[in-house]
Amino acid sequence: MPELRVNGHGYAFEGPVGRSLADVLRDDLGLTGTKVACGEGHCGACTVQLDGVPVLSCITLAHTVGGRAVTTIEGLREHPLVEAFVREDALQCGFCTPGQIVSAAALVDASPSPSREEIRHGMAGNLCRCGAYPRIEEAIATWRS
Amino acid sequence: MARLIRTEKEVEGRYEEVWTVVDEDALEQWPAGPLEVVGRPAARQDGAQRARGEARYTADVRLPGMLHAAVMRSPFAHAVARSIDVGPALTMPGIHAALSFADAEFLDAEAGFPGAAIAAVAADTIGQARAAAETIAVEWEQQTPLLDADEAVQKGRFLSEPRRYERGDLAGALTDADVVVEAEYRTQSVLHSAMETHCAVCAWEGDILVVHISTQYIWGIRDELAEHFGLPPDRVRVVCEFMGGGFGAKNGAGDYTRIAAELALRTGRPVRCALTRREESQAAGNRNATIQRLRVGARTDGRLVGLGGEFTNAVGWDGWVAGTDGPMQMLYACENVETTVYGAKLNSGPMAAFRAPGFVEGTFGLECLLDELAAKLDLDQLELRRRNHSDVDLLDGRAFSSKNLEACYRLAEPHWDRRHEVRARSDEVWKHGVGLASQIWYGGGGPPSYAWVRVGADATATVVTAMQDIGTGSRTAMAQIAAEELGLPLERVRVELGDSARGPFASISAGSSTIPSMGPAVRAAAGDAARQILEIAAQRWNCEASTLSLRGGRIVSVDGDSWPLEELLGLLEDAQILGRGARGPNPAGMRVLTFGVQVAEVAVDVETGEVRVSRVAAIHDVGRIVNPLGARSQVEGGIIQAIGHTLSEARLLDPETGIVLTQTLDAYRVPTIADVPEIVCEFVDEPDVHLTNLGAKGLGEPPIIPTAAAISNAIRDATGAAVRSVPITRDELLRALEEAHHRERVAAPSA
Repeated sequence: MPELRVNGHGYAFEGPVGRSLADVLRDDLGLTGTKVACGEGHCGACTVQLDGVPVLSCITLAHTVGGRAVTTIEGLREHPLVEAFVREDALQCGFCTPGQIVSAAALVDASPSPSREEIRHGMAGNLCRCGAYPRIEEAIATWRS
Repeated sequence: MARLIRTEKEVEGRYEEVWTVVDEDALEQWPAGPLEVVGRPAARQDGAQRARGEARYTADVRLPGMLHAAVMRSPFAHAVARSIDVGPALTMPGIHAALSFADAEFLDAEAGFPGAAIAAVAADTIGQARAAAETIAVEWEQQTPLLDADEAVQKGRFLSEPRRYERGDLAGALTDADVVVEAEYRTQSVLHSAMETHCAVCAWEGDILVVHISTQYIWGIRDELAEHFGLPPDRVRVVCEFMGGGFGAKNGAGDYTRIAAELALRTGRPVRCALTRREESQAAGNRNATIQRLRVGARTDGRLVGLGGEFTNAVGWDGWVAGTDGPMQMLYACENVETTVYGAKLNSGPMAAFRAPGFVEGTFGLECLLDELAAKLDLDQLELRRRNHSDVDLLDGRAFSSKNLEACYRLAEPHWDRRHEVRARSDEVWKHGVGLASQIWYGGGGPPSYAWVRVGADATATVVTAMQDIGTGSRTAMAQIAAEELGLPLERVRVELGDSARGPFASISAGSSTIPSMGPAVRAAAGDAARQILEIAAQRWNCEASTLSLRGGRIVSVDGDSWPLEELLGLLEDAQILGRGARGPNPAGMRVLTFGVQVAEVAVDVETGEVRVSRVAAIHDVGRIVNPLGARSQVEGGIIQAIGHTLSEARLLDPETGIVLTQTLDAYRVPTIADVPEIVCEFVDEPDVHLTNLGAKGLGEPPIIPTAAAISNAIRDATGAAVRSVPITRDELLRALEEAHHRERVAAPSA
């Protein structure tokens, strides 16, 4: 049975080859913090990290993950970005927000004091239909304060 | 005392007369400006839950034994299914049930648009359900689709009778006018694209139908499904605690909820029906396209003498005819106005309310037309609007409950004055300019709406009401209102919402109505609880209740004594203070509207037609602001959606087949973080003294209304090009530039 290493814990999962990582996380492991909004890799809501790199879990086949460490929003709940997003009102409906935070966490890992340009470039793959973008930019720019 | 009244109820600009029972609005309005909690920025109370991925949305609901539904949809824009056989689907693995138009009367054999539902199946997994749905055999008889709105009008294919409005004598006014401007404007169809697609999970528990649904109107869903199944309304329980955006598309139950409920009934299992993004783009509603043929006549001093509009709303197969004509009738003082709106019934997906339906489209046309008039009169655009300001409602002469549009104009001046400096940044290629546009809209809410407030021995309060927070932050605003009235710090007030079985009736979250409908009910409930607390306190400390008040979590006496609230309530142990509140009536004989103005700055590359919006200043008048932090987010979000509508979004149809070509979120281009300009947000923040105990109007819709016109007018300011359709593609801009150059060439020899 294939296995996944998610937020530091090992899980075995079943199912036919071809299942997406997002479906396994949500349906098998009950980790519904990862959202699916388009299901075909266009919106970023399903973003998780594989070995620290943001990937779109809705178009990542679960069987291809192998031994790489999967980090979902459930593994980032204590990240200071969460507090920054709430403080700056960087979310409205919140459906895209877990994906935004997973992407932003990778961004600030790589660049702890990102410029506005870096934030706009690094976050352009995470759509927010409510338009919380100005606040998201502010939250990431001030995440350590 | 409860009072039975006949009152006007308005949602999204549609008025109806209804009977309603209201309680007197006994509370005096609070003074203007920031109070202890209300009027001060508050982070949303459920923010961390949402951000941490703990909030359970309908999309996350997984019930034991739950089946998944897949819907079979018409591949054709117009076709009739002569026969259907779900037999093959029933033999597929994991299948439990199927239904179709043959045995479910809410589905139709006539498919009027591509994506119309005709059958559905329920299976153990969504993959099995989709595979089975594909085996359903249908004998289609195709018909030629009608896709052109003008053609539909010529053929008389209307959704409802054309709507005509007339005051004064337009023809005479235009004959006498010093200047007349005529132009045709077009707006495209756009998709709501809420991040959470439409979805419902239905389960029969005993004799109760439980519906988990991503909705803007818990109580409307209850009533629709109760009627569908012939049940008493309270045998349907509707739950929606967290909701991933709606923007108007989630006001009704739709066929997907009926499919889930029916399949749940037939299988005895919970059934989930969730639309894919591609289904969402075809069948879940859209803002309809419009064609607007407009005329304006004015005196040389800019005073309007006549306004005329012939509007065609390309409604699609279903929906309603939104108020594209509203701004022309309501925004400016003008005695002679004639409008006609045709609702073209087409073989395209049904229209659904989308954030200020009609007014977004109609304001684009009207406010661009006014700008063309200002250019022709060589008159300052802001001054033109001031000269046509009206102090009374133009539809029937009613007084406004409050109107601070002139204050908005004053606040806009510094932003408008930037235009000289902004224009001066222009070079050979990039031209810079500034444009503005005014906003008018509803947003007064109304009764009925109810709330309860429970205060326990620990001196914390819980607001209970079965409203929904669709992402606007209304939960937090309700907590602020209750905290203010109870004199409690915000962190000692919680709000329980989202369940029709666990709270009283609450307003729809549409038509900018949640704050103005629910806020006064919550304040009344908190006020009822506060009154009881003070009555008990007066008995405990042998004084008059009228000498006591609640402040900072304490009971405060006029003579300077004060006691922590828990000292009194702690005596109660398990007893509770229960407050009850209802939304009072709207002010009789008055028109309740919202107003505003936006100023946009743009840069235009005249070689490629690229448009960049660099700054938008928004000034709105929506009465009292409850939460300045959340209010700013509403404004920013509205403007960003509007920028998408103006520059990049369009639902494109194949002109032959009517198939939606923009079904995915890469083909359909909503704005990204990289597309966002500087946004400046200001409010008049003056409570509407006539409107309820709160004086607050709604803010969900106003900010999206004037942006497209402000951007188009800024483009004219920068380049002289008159843009007359959205989205402003590079093609449209280069066309408008060419037209402007042509005008100059023609004008030059005679000059």
